[in-house]
Amino acid sequence: MTHSARTLSWSAGLTALLVAVVVASAALGPVRVDPSTVALAILNAIVVPSSVTAGSLTIPIVGVGVPVPSLEYTSVFAFDVPNTHQIIVADIRLPRIALAATVGFALAAAGTVMQGFFRNPLADPSIIGVSTGAAAGAVAAIAFPMLVPFGSLHLAAFAGALLTAFLVYSIATEGGRTPVATLLLAGVAMQAFLGALISYMLVHSGDSLRQAVVWMMGHLSNSTWSDVGFALPVAVLGVLVLGSYTRDLNVLLLGEEDAHHLGTEVERTKFLLLAVASIITAAGVAVAGVIGFVGLVVPHIMRLIVGPDHRILLPTSALAGASFLVITDTIARAGPAEVPVGIITAFVGAPFFLFLLVRREVTSV
Amino acid sequence: MTPFNRTPDETNAAQPTEIEPAAITVENCSLSFGELSVLEDVSVTIEPGEFVGFVGPNGAGKTTLLRAISGALEPDSGTVSIDGVDIHSVSSKRSSQLVSVVPQDTTLSFSFPVRDVVEMGRHPHRSRFSSPTQADHEAVEQALERTRTTDLADRPIDAISGGQRQRVVLARAIAQGTPAMLLDEPTASLDINHQLETLELVRELVDDGRTVCAAIHDLDLAARYCDRLVMLADGGVYRSGPPADVLTGESLADVFDATATVTPNPITGTETVTALPGHRTDGDETDEETQLRDARIHVLGTGTTAACVLAQLESTQAETALSLGPVTSGDTAAETARTLEIDCLEVPPFESLSESTLVAFENHVADADVTVVTASALEAGGTGTERLLEVLAAVADTLVLVERESAADSGGATTAGRATVVDGDRRRVLEATTETVLETIAAALERQLVSDESATEAASSDRKPGMGLAAESSSD
Repeated sequence: MTHSARTLSWSAGLTALLVAVVVASAALGPVRVDPSTVALAILNAIVVPSSVTAGSLTIPIVGVGVPVPSLEYTSVFAFDVPNTHQIIVADIRLPRIALAATVGFALAAAGTVMQGFFRNPLADPSIIGVSTGAAAGAVAAIAFPMLVPFGSLHLAAFAGALLTAFLVYSIATEGGRTPVATLLLAGVAMQAFLGALISYMLVHSGDSLRQAVVWMMGHLSNSTWSDVGFALPVAVLGVLVLGSYTRDLNVLLLGEEDAHHLGTEVERTKFLLLAVASIITAAGVAVAGVIGFVGLVVPHIMRLIVGPDHRILLPTSALAGASFLVITDTIARAGPAEVPVGIITAFVGAPFFLFLLVRREVTSV
Repeated sequence: MTPFNRTPDETNAAQPTEIEPAAITVENCSLSFGELSVLEDVSVTIEPGEFVGFVGPNGAGKTTLLRAISGALEPDSGTVSIDGVDIHSVSSKRSSQLVSVVPQDTTLSFSFPVRDVVEMGRHPHRSRFSSPTQADHEAVEQALERTRTTDLADRPIDAISGGQRQRVVLARAIAQGTPAMLLDEPTASLDINHQLETLELVRELVDDGRTVCAAIHDLDLAARYCDRLVMLADGGVYRSGPPADVLTGESLADVFDATATVTPNPITGTETVTALPGHRTDGDETDEETQLRDARIHVLGTGTTAACVLAQLESTQAETALSLGPVTSGDTAAETARTLEIDCLEVPPFESLSESTLVAFENHVADADVTVVTASALEAGGTGTERLLEVLAAVADTLVLVERESAADSGGATTAGRATVVDGDRRRVLEATTETVLETIAAALERQLVSDESATEAASSDRKPGMGLAAESSSD
């Protein structure tokens, strides 16, 4: 079987798994909805742009106005679904599930790239401080709303994440070269510094302490279609760009000098991979908080299954990451009291990772 | 046949037979790592289709020069061009279409199938979004075939042996289809059979029309396979030319700080380097060499001990006049004498010494300033040995008796034989081992010089055969 055929069949299988997981997840909750009804309700929620109008954009389903030149949407399907079930599935559960899938997709893809890029099995999407930067931005916005312009939590987290990534990259770069070891150390140091800053802000956060702590644990409650509208395009575009660099990622595994000898523009490629991986991580973290282990464990598992070739590893990891986070978030909201999803991912992911480690299945990239 | 979406680069690279070898020109390259200067004003020109070996001691700059040529390291000054293209001013995609590299360390810690690793060689010829063309597939399959790795194609790269991995990385470079190829120590970690296999393959690639530069540690292999050697020392080119011109006792002494002899290999006919014990402190003449200058030395001995003495004497820069014998044809010492072009008295096997040989021996010993006798010569019993010893005792100016380092097992004959020569006249017999033979000969010459000047009487009285000789020899 050729590479592309293998990649396609794996991707198709994992997409089918994701659809099944989404339907199952949307069926679960305080109000039980029949899976077939869920499927119809999801189809009812699919809209296509019908016409372009100037003025405010009405985001499908939720009806939030955004001041941009906009498209009119019309529903494709009109199946007969009880109105309450349609609302529960499409307006309450689906935004959260879609966001979980988006964030899992982005984090697993970014984790795959970082592990390949750093040739280090411990690398995860936030290895250069993206998540800590996002947390610093978010905690600042929560604890000191007056200090953060625009007052937007998402924007503050997104900006904090990208600013940190840019700083770490700049610090590690000298004379046009960015040694990955320096990058790693600069990332660790930056995370320690920002960790201290976050602790300081938490100490002085007063009543908003709880909100800040919950944000940092990673959460998907109160997700809206506007969150999805922000994160999904960034994640999809980013993964597409990363997807066009999978052969370069393979070649980089041989070492930077070999990669140069095989025609990869090493420094430029490194910058691009780092930038795009950081952007999609930042987009995910900004809307969902710090969700650990997805970006670490999922690429490792997929590497065991499909091998180290990034041409197949990247798409399959991204799709598996989406399913993984939907499943763990379903667990997070299934109990009597909701648990932040970051706790579940670590709770499920860490033991599984340790199991693989003991079996010596996980060695290096 | 030609897929329509091929770029011209791909078309060329897909047909290994059509590759035109490229010239590699290094001009006045200097390169330093911080304070440490590694290359100093190096200029090397490699003609299209040449196989050039970079030799030199560790730290001479072999690998650095290769990395400067490949474009991995940018020199502080100077230029490198391949096929007229300045390698440091073009994209890595362009440079990797011109030159491929087989790195020294081929260890890969991930489990790509072998075929995928070889396919990475096609990376510079493919655009970001294209799937592999027929040309890519052909190049990969041909490279696998060429390196006899087709059977391994589906095995993971981390599950094959070091020698196989080396071939796979070579296959990758072949698939890259470049007119120039660089190899960094291609044989360093290989078994002897794989070393030859690898170099034979490289030689074939060169003969097919590629320019190849390789840093090679093993001087014998370098001499055997390369058209030309570039000997590097202290970041500069010490000497460059055909192996026979570059590998000489003198250059090895200067560059490797080693006492070594270069002889044609009896089987391959190419230069073979034999390093000898005792290293040199610099390229200048040593004290021993000053003493040995223009001395006439005759060696009586057989086997490796005598061969070692001859080789050490030959490797000095002292222009000594050496002779050997009598020795049985086919003996190691006789073979060494022949390759080193030393005057040798050969005796056919199983024949006793003829009178003419004995006369020739007597003349050699009489002419010689110093006669070196190895313990092995004394071990051989029989009337032949007795007569030689008589001659020695009669005419030798100065004797140096050489034993192997471990003389513990020397039998009674040796002891008796040694007594013969040693008792002849203690004043002019010195003992040495193969380690110390050069300095002992030098010391003997020095003493002789002193005695010649001060005591001419003593010299004349030396020409009498010792009375104990016949008695002790016959007791054998």
